[in-house]
Amino acid sequence: MRSPILRTAARYLLPLMLLFSVFLLLRGHNEPGGGFIAGLVAAAPFALYALAYGVPAARSALHVELHTLIGSGLLIAVLTGMASWLSGKPFLSGLWPGEDLPFIGDLGLGSPVIFDIGVFLVVMGVSLMVIFSLAEE
Amino acid sequence: MHLAVLSGFIVSLAAPSLHRFTRNLTGWILSLLPVSLFIYFATFIPVVAGGESLTFSYPWIPSLGISLSFTLDGLSLLFALLICGIGALVTIYASGYLAGHPLLGRFYAFLVLFMASMLGTVLASNVLLLFVFWELTSISSYLLIGFEHEREEARRAALQALLVTSAGGLAMLAGFVLLGQSGGTMDLSVLGAHADVLRAHQLYLPALLLILAGAFTKSAQFPFHFWLPGAMEAPTPVSAYLHSATMVKAGIYLLARLSPILGGTDAWFYLIAGAGLVTLLFSAFLALISTNLKRILAYTTISSLGVMTMLIGIGTPGAIQAMVVFLLAHALYKGALFMIAGAIYHETGTQEVDELGGLRAKMPLLTAITLLAGLSLASFGPLLSFIGKEQLLEALLEMADYRIPLTAAVVVFSTVSVAMAMILFVRPFFGALKPTPKQPHEPALSLWLGPAVLALSGLVLGIFPSGVAHGLVSPAVSGILGTPQAVSLKLWHGFTPALGLSLLSVLLGVVLFLTQRVWFGRMVRTADRFAWLPEKGYSAGLNGLLNFASRLTSRLQTGRLHDYLQIVAAAAVVLVTFTLIIKGERIQIAGLPEFTFFEAALTVVILAAAFVVTATDSRLFAVAALGVVGAGVSLIFIIFGAPDLAMTQFLIETVTVILLVLILYHLPNFARLTRRGARIRDSIVAISAGVLMTVLVLIAHTVNFYPPISDYYLDNSVVLGHGRNIVNVILVDFRGLDTMGEITVLSLAALGVFALLKLRKPDEERRP
Repeated sequence: MRSPILRTAARYLLPLMLLFSVFLLLRGHNEPGGGFIAGLVAAAPFALYALAYGVPAARSALHVELHTLIGSGLLIAVLTGMASWLSGKPFLSGLWPGEDLPFIGDLGLGSPVIFDIGVFLVVMGVSLMVIFSLAEE
Repeated sequence: MHLAVLSGFIVSLAAPSLHRFTRNLTGWILSLLPVSLFIYFATFIPVVAGGESLTFSYPWIPSLGISLSFTLDGLSLLFALLICGIGALVTIYASGYLAGHPLLGRFYAFLVLFMASMLGTVLASNVLLLFVFWELTSISSYLLIGFEHEREEARRAALQALLVTSAGGLAMLAGFVLLGQSGGTMDLSVLGAHADVLRAHQLYLPALLLILAGAFTKSAQFPFHFWLPGAMEAPTPVSAYLHSATMVKAGIYLLARLSPILGGTDAWFYLIAGAGLVTLLFSAFLALISTNLKRILAYTTISSLGVMTMLIGIGTPGAIQAMVVFLLAHALYKGALFMIAGAIYHETGTQEVDELGGLRAKMPLLTAITLLAGLSLASFGPLLSFIGKEQLLEALLEMADYRIPLTAAVVVFSTVSVAMAMILFVRPFFGALKPTPKQPHEPALSLWLGPAVLALSGLVLGIFPSGVAHGLVSPAVSGILGTPQAVSLKLWHGFTPALGLSLLSVLLGVVLFLTQRVWFGRMVRTADRFAWLPEKGYSAGLNGLLNFASRLTSRLQTGRLHDYLQIVAAAAVVLVTFTLIIKGERIQIAGLPEFTFFEAALTVVILAAAFVVTATDSRLFAVAALGVVGAGVSLIFIIFGAPDLAMTQFLIETVTVILLVLILYHLPNFARLTRRGARIRDSIVAISAGVLMTVLVLIAHTVNFYPPISDYYLDNSVVLGHGRNIVNVILVDFRGLDTMGEITVLSLAALGVFALLKLRKPDEERRP
């Protein structure tokens, strides 16, 4: 589609939406948001980009292959789960190493948050893979 | 002990790469594993003979009460020694038999895998663990039968063996579960302590029948016997090891193991002794009409398994004693005979009895070994099998009921064994030398070592039976019966009725051999009328299943999304409505809750939009209207305080719209494609699904069978999950495993879409 409005919007929306998705991802544990929502938000601007400039351009704007995105997301999720074994807990037990730091207190960083990053990557990769595959038809 | 069982699995993985370096020596090197395991197990003989049983336990899945525990008692020890001892000989034998085969490394891997699985089966002290190893033996047997996978017969035989044994294995698993439910544990020793409760339990008979299905398929009892002759498609080392000496005896092992727990009832006696009796007679008959060395051996093996099954069914101390001696003797001589048959095939290129003759001059050593093994098959003194047969006959003559028919059956069995032993010995080695595909000469060391050791041990154990009686047989008998037993074995029992019957069967066997010309043709014709019915039943069943499956698939998988949705929705409506009607009396629906004007207005908007979707002529309009439905639902989520759900719903709507726009581009124009009747059917399904969901929501709103779990999440979200957003804490922490499953499914779905769209065949690409 050759609409200059769409093209310009797609270009400027991309970094903004990505930033917003990271914001959603990180606040997810305490406020509305989370990996699933953030993944969808992150996928949307690339879909828009693909509509405006075509799929090859969108793929190169993404810099990573989609299957790498999905695979690393799954890997992060599984590894986070297995990290619980190291401290002798069952698979996927939440670990909160930053719980009682001196002066800072609860840092709020734990394995579920990292697990959520895995979810984020998978959701983003999956929706883009479906959209790109259909758009390339 | 764990290392002893699991070492095989590790070595199995390493075997192919080892073979790449050591080539011809691999068999000898790999045989070090079974040899050292044999020595390791042999060191336990004094302890176990002293009446102890050792348990080695390691917690595996403690939350389910499953531990990786192995028990070594007399019965397990006997089997473990057989598995390792014969395993070592077979590994060496295979290195000669399959020398130069391109896939030999893989063969060793399968063989060692089998050995480890079989060890696990006989040592497991928990029925679930036993089941796992049991199925592993079926799988390794499948791989080994189908080793020459380029031949269709090998593939078919492998699949047949796998289907029969694993169908039985599944039934057995169900039986174990019933057993565990009625006994309250899966542990064999604990189950043994509750034997009285179990035998009186109402689940006894179903559990017994299911477990017997497993044991009978594995040990090739009638009518499941047919997979074993088929399995002779495997290379001979496999036939010698799996399908004669060890794996087919797993069913015998299981029956023996369970006899103190489930045995002693009428059902046990009639079912097991009956199956054994039919099997032994039927396959003795089939052995008579076989002309292929390996098939003859296969049928006599089934017949012997029938004898062992029958003895376990009888279950008296005498019968169990005879069974143990017979089992040991049989493993030794039948393993030897199979290896001899393989050696003959290896040197001559044929294993048809009619094509062989006069090999005595060409291979004198093999002739001598065959004589020894053949005498064992015919149960001549002073061999171990002679002692076994004497004990067998004595045990049967001691019986109160059914003495005469059972004894007669065993006499028939011995007669056929004598005749078969003579055919196996006389026909290939004596008479005129016949031309064979290969020039026969004495086989190499690796090919005659195994049979020689096995045949000689039959002789040595027969002449000096007291050591084996004390060290192996008594502990095994005690293990089976559950009470300490002292067994003494003697070669010479004096002039007893049993000896008379032995002599009679030898005489009859010789007559049968000499008159083979007379009866052979007639018997083959008789057999054609009924003997292959079990095989035919199997093929008919398999074909019927495949036909049914393909018809069902073509009916359900039409390739039209419309049909899929309709089937799913209709099935859900029917099943849920059925359940609601069945359990209806427990469910009441309270009146509608109060609602505000805003909610009512939103509902009207959603309903109107949904109506537009069904009524519009334009695809784009339909997509937009669906978006309104979705947005309306998101608003409802917001009203009820679920911002996460609303956000997700909104984003999904957005992505869906993008997807639909992309798809719309490819679709033909929206036209009235369906007829009136189809539209009415569609609307019935759609409306009933909608009504059902409404009813379900109303029910869910009113009825609480259990206190809602949401309170737990509310209370613990911050404490345990360190997060104030409960939805997210549930997703990534409380129910993280679910989420893990969901993202895996999502990834697979994406790969599926990718594969469907991108990896089409070139000729499909041109289609619009």
